[in-house]
Amino acid sequence: MRKASWLNVVSVALGLAFLYLPIVILVINSFNASRLVTVWAGWSLRWYAELASDRAMLEAAWVTLRLALFSASAATVLGTLAAVALVRFGHFRGRLLLSGMIYAPLVMPEVIIGLSLLLLFVAAGIDRGFWTVALAHSTLTMCFVTVIVQSRLLTFDTSLEEAALDLGCPPLKTFFTVTLPLILPAIASGWMLAFTLSLDDLVIASFTTGPGATTLPIRIYSEVRLGVKPEINAICTLMLAVVAVAVIAVSLVIKFQESAHRPGTVAARI
Amino acid sequence: MKPHVRPAKTTPRQLSWGARIVVLVPYLWLVLFFLLPFAIVLKISFSQTAIAQPPYTPVFDPAAGWEGIKTFFGALSSDNYALIASDPLYFFSYLKSMEIAAVSTVLLMLIGFPMAYGMARAPSRWQPVLFMLVMLPFWTSFLIRVYAWINILQHDGLLNQLLLALRLVEAPPAWLASDTAVYIGMVYSYLPFMVLPLYATLEKMDETLIEAAADLGAPRWKAFWLVTLPLSMPGIIAGALLCFIPIVGEFVIPDLLGGSRSIMIGQTVWTEFFLNKDWPVACAVAVVLLCVLLAPILVYQRMQTRDLAGSA
Repeated sequence: MRKASWLNVVSVALGLAFLYLPIVILVINSFNASRLVTVWAGWSLRWYAELASDRAMLEAAWVTLRLALFSASAATVLGTLAAVALVRFGHFRGRLLLSGMIYAPLVMPEVIIGLSLLLLFVAAGIDRGFWTVALAHSTLTMCFVTVIVQSRLLTFDTSLEEAALDLGCPPLKTFFTVTLPLILPAIASGWMLAFTLSLDDLVIASFTTGPGATTLPIRIYSEVRLGVKPEINAICTLMLAVVAVAVIAVSLVIKFQESAHRPGTVAARI
Repeated sequence: MKPHVRPAKTTPRQLSWGARIVVLVPYLWLVLFFLLPFAIVLKISFSQTAIAQPPYTPVFDPAAGWEGIKTFFGALSSDNYALIASDPLYFFSYLKSMEIAAVSTVLLMLIGFPMAYGMARAPSRWQPVLFMLVMLPFWTSFLIRVYAWINILQHDGLLNQLLLALRLVEAPPAWLASDTAVYIGMVYSYLPFMVLPLYATLEKMDETLIEAAADLGAPRWKAFWLVTLPLSMPGIIAGALLCFIPIVGEFVIPDLLGGSRSIMIGQTVWTEFFLNKDWPVACAVAVVLLCVLLAPILVYQRMQTRDLAGSA
């Protein structure tokens, strides 16, 4: 048992308070009955009701949700393939370029990624809209999926795969019956991260969007520039709730998966 | 096709057909949607500003063969770069971005290190919970988190109400549209990026080393300086790069919290593109930004690949 000195406890507590207080204040403010966000006038669901009748906001929310679902799924497939390629195939030709293209977007300023993708779409003569944002989001988020799945593949006992291959299981079947169940928790959290990144993105979406594809962050941004509004507090609270519920759900699924797929049960399946 | 044998790791490997597809799909995707767009940015940054609408001259015409290539390169212009070099506005924008990123990174380190250290020394059953608590804000939107601070920092916001109630100030100070607000926003938004890599290294650290230092008579500060700090260097460097690089090009935080007098480079790209509609200059600004960030990005990549090789 490690002893926690008071200094350590204080620094962690202060840090967490710093991280959470502004969000808590935002959430509480969204239930404020007053139009003036700085005056407390009692609890109310008024702004949520107004939100429900805001057609433009609902439309944006629907676009954002579809976008996040599509791009997270595409990113998960692409990112998992890239992770398998980087970890399992040794030093194939062009591996360095692939890993470079995976790591660079993780830290690359979003304005550069957004600008460059927009110019690609313009050069190719593609009309901008839902699908261009979806492509942009898939490209950015697949890199995050790769990093997560890759770290799982690296800590993974390859003898299980080798056993299946030695017993005559074809590589593709080995992947689906042995590898995939074992890396599924990582794939799930990769999907989750891709989903929330797409849900939250403002800069890349602003560059690559077109008519009819206004996402929620773009809408929130244009409202926020004009100042604090109670409806925005409400929509932000809802977005926080969606992300929190999704993150908790995925962590529960991962826990369940991990207890269901002990190495013994996998070996029994082959 | 050769039979499936596993050759030595150093020689490039002959991949089977299935494996080739696995490699090629993400490869082509990234070349098409990551690398090619950069080539286009580079090309447009050398185009003439006069024409505000695409296609930008010179147009690359592969059908014209060598002649076409020669005319293409002959017609490239460095006007946009000359403009960036001659207008001090751009220079100050780059300088301001570097300054804000550097100061923010130091602030993040000062706040993040004690936090990560406290987490790593917490009872082990608490650690997953603490890890999750730091991780959770990372999943939520930058925009929402910055907006939360506007709520607090605005003229009649919570902070000023508190300061007035405590009689610490006579008149409410203006927090928004200042560098202070930008620093608060940066530190707040990037704190998980600093804490998580620091925690990862500190958590792995062998505590008996510090005990050994103490047993040998080193005071606590000296043990920290000579043992803990050098051993946590990988985490410090990773955290610093993970914060510094994106902060230099940050757009949302300075745009919503910063003043109009200190424009960061991400805002400059945005303004040139969306307001001035000067695409070639926007591209040139982006290319210069990328060149500035190239060295830290390469260091970060090397660290990542080395980490993975080490844990493999």
